[in-house]
Amino acid sequence: MLVSIVHRATGTAMATVGTILLVWWLAALAGGEARYAGFLDTFTVESGGLNVIGYIVGIGLSWVFFQHLASGVRHLVLDTGAGFELKRNKIGALLTFVFSVLATIAFWAWLLAGK
Amino acid sequence: MSMDKSTSIGRVRGLGSAKEGTDHWLHQRITAGSNLLLMLWFVLSLARLPGYDYATVTGWLASPWAAIPMILLVTSVFYHFRLGLQVVIEDYEKDVTRIALLVLLNFFTVAAAAIAIFSILSIAFTTGAAA
Repeated sequence: MLVSIVHRATGTAMATVGTILLVWWLAALAGGEARYAGFLDTFTVESGGLNVIGYIVGIGLSWVFFQHLASGVRHLVLDTGAGFELKRNKIGALLTFVFSVLATIAFWAWLLAGK
Repeated sequence: MSMDKSTSIGRVRGLGSAKEGTDHWLHQRITAGSNLLLMLWFVLSLARLPGYDYATVTGWLASPWAAIPMILLVTSVFYHFRLGLQVVIEDYEKDVTRIALLVLLNFFTVAAAAIAIFSILSIAFTTGAAA
């Protein structure tokens, strides 16, 4: 039940906030160096690291992406008619959250510590 | 009268009252698969970039190996979210609001896709020419 509404919420979040951010990023890059600097300024501090907005949007959107990916794959499995037994269905739903949290942590560990 | 030789039942079979049958459902699944591959490529490519300054990012995006998958990503992802948001709107809104939001959704999707694809091509052609 929860994983179903979360699938909709994460999809809607990416379709709106994610799309605007992606289009803004691409348009700023196409607009030249000064425009792109304006884009970066919104999400970074002087030294180049992320600011509070950058972390909230970055970590938020990456979790939303991994969660929607996991619950989406779960939907594809359910589409085959598999995994509808109560216990197995519940485990599958929980696993989507476990995956999205672990993937988000791994992704940001790579971004922040791996460089 | 139609020249169609098929019987009435043959014409409507599999289509349902909306006359588009299972296309919406099927396209949502097909683009789910292409999104999975393209978004994983995108997220991994972003993470592998040595930095996020203007020169590094445009240098990466100017390559056909990045620009072409990015255009495919925009096409696949935007089509997928247009189908998904349509279902959300149809489930929670009715009457005039529903129609208005569905029209707005189409405008938003097409306009956003046009800006995104134009930007990618612009970066690819101008950065490529300068290099």
